[in-house]
Amino acid sequence: MTVIAPQSGTEVEVGVRPGGGWLKRRTRRKLTASGWTTVTFALAIIMFFPFLWMVLTSFKTEGKAYTTPPAFVFKPSLVEFNGVLNTAGSPFLHSVLATGVSTIFVLCLGLPAAYALSVRAVPQWRNTLFFFLSTKMLPYVAAIVPFYMLAKDLHLLDNVVALIILYTAFQLPLAIWVIRSFLVEIPRELLEAARLDGAGTFVELTRVILPLCLPGIAATALICVIFSWDDFFFAYLLTSTRAMTVPIFLMGFVQSENLYFAQLSAAATLASLPVILAGWIAQKQLVRGLSLGAVK
Amino acid sequence: MSVTAANDEVQVGRKSGFVSHLHRRKNNTGIPEMSSRERWSRRAPLLPALIFTVIVTQVPFVLVIWYSLHGWNTLQPGSNTWVGLKEYRLLFSDPLFGHAVINTIIIAGCGAIVSMVLGVMFAVMLNRRFRGRGLARTLLITPFLVVPAASALLYKTSIFDSTYGLLNWVLGPFGVHHVNWIGSHSVVAVVMVLVWEWTPFMMLIVLGGLQGESVEVLEAASVDGANAVQSFFRITLPHITKYIELALLLGSIYIIQTWAEVFILTQGGGGASGTATTNLPYYIYQLAFNQFNVSEAAAAGVIVVIGTEVIATFVLKLLGSLFADTEVLG
Repeated sequence: MTVIAPQSGTEVEVGVRPGGGWLKRRTRRKLTASGWTTVTFALAIIMFFPFLWMVLTSFKTEGKAYTTPPAFVFKPSLVEFNGVLNTAGSPFLHSVLATGVSTIFVLCLGLPAAYALSVRAVPQWRNTLFFFLSTKMLPYVAAIVPFYMLAKDLHLLDNVVALIILYTAFQLPLAIWVIRSFLVEIPRELLEAARLDGAGTFVELTRVILPLCLPGIAATALICVIFSWDDFFFAYLLTSTRAMTVPIFLMGFVQSENLYFAQLSAAATLASLPVILAGWIAQKQLVRGLSLGAVK
Repeated sequence: MSVTAANDEVQVGRKSGFVSHLHRRKNNTGIPEMSSRERWSRRAPLLPALIFTVIVTQVPFVLVIWYSLHGWNTLQPGSNTWVGLKEYRLLFSDPLFGHAVINTIIIAGCGAIVSMVLGVMFAVMLNRRFRGRGLARTLLITPFLVVPAASALLYKTSIFDSTYGLLNWVLGPFGVHHVNWIGSHSVVAVVMVLVWEWTPFMMLIVLGGLQGESVEVLEAASVDGANAVQSFFRITLPHITKYIELALLLGSIYIIQTWAEVFILTQGGGGASGTATTNLPYYIYQLAFNQFNVSEAAAAGVIVVIGTEVIATFVLKLLGSLFADTEVLG
């Protein structure tokens, strides 16, 4: 405010345009606005187009998928979806298990930890908080050798349990930060009032804190699900057939000599669908989660 | 910093009742002093998460150091013996290691910066009131939500393909024909996919910052005759700088670890050297899983961790000040 004020005097002189012109100012502004809206939508559609193309291709038959120029009008078919669904069962089950169980673990570990770093904070809360975040910066590729060796020794290679442990550890820092950002927003007076009414820690947790940080739990669960569901690195290196997850399953469509555009697109569409729907519905939680709680 | 200061006060407080009385009300953490029983009851809910994190994320790194001091190649039985720093010497004499460092900087740097520029652009466009704004935002965030492996496969088969790819078809009228994007423009191809995936991430955080901007200030500027460009650079940009930094830092944590896109699109190839897209994650993967050279991979891991620690100390400090501004660190 104060920075602009001194300049504003001069800018009034310079900035005022002669009124009138061939278009009234209001009309001109309206035109500019609809121009911007058009440009915004044009760019949004360009960004969206590769995904749309994937979905379109998934409704083609294999023959229609390889055409030059690309076919935009065709008779939709569910043949490829049928083919994919016949084999996608167990990869989906593994992905759901690894993602779901690790997300539950993350919440069970993260919620109390966030509480101990905010509401009834330990003295070193700031350092602890940054310790958790620093683990997120560790290049996990550096640890892939010991992870692999440990998994082998513990008979956890090609086992969903290994993925659950790793996903829990790698999403936990995000969860603690996001949940904590909701906990620090709870007014102190509310907690003190609950205390005065004789609420013990348990009642305080379940009746006061939990309901107030439900959106936080939703935001946390959403980003945990996204990042765990998306993982390719650990799933590729630590599993093969018995614990194969969805992203690895997708690779099966390109490794053979022949490419299966339509089948791959159908599988990729199915693989992305859960995350896309969740993200579309919970956009507000998505921003909050991705920014570790900084963007409200 | 403030934590150590507070601990000092606790120490002093124990020695003398008078000083303790002075400091009892408030120390730098904003938490009153407490008995050790109180401290442990506060720590209890934290411990499961802390112990789990230490075991899963720190112990393997200790093991990495151990492996790196051995000459272990899983193809050579009996090679698992102590060799001291030999693997580190081998690593530093491998020119590919240096290339991998540079490739990582190029790929992650270009990916992060281009997606940030586009992200700011989209965020500014979405920060107006217009019909269909929610739809436009939904369209724009979708690339982030597509499973990365699916994105990479989609680009490889349907976009970059030299015969059937959409990109050559779109660029056809401009005289571009049968370009093998993945083969002859590998770095561009990988960066393009990264930009497509990460632009929405940057956009969402910057948009969140923009929406906290006061409309009055902008309106005042517009009344004062500032045009859109002036008010963007003088008012909006300074306001969202910290959100841009925040998004860049948080995004880089992920972008720098890019592995799936390289693995699926180029297998580390490209360029005159044939290794233009071999970034550090892919380099370490190749050492460990293609050459079975566990110890050299571990040595590379140790070096990468040390490098990351140096950068992370700086990044965490910056993040600390950024989060202090946004009041997450109450």
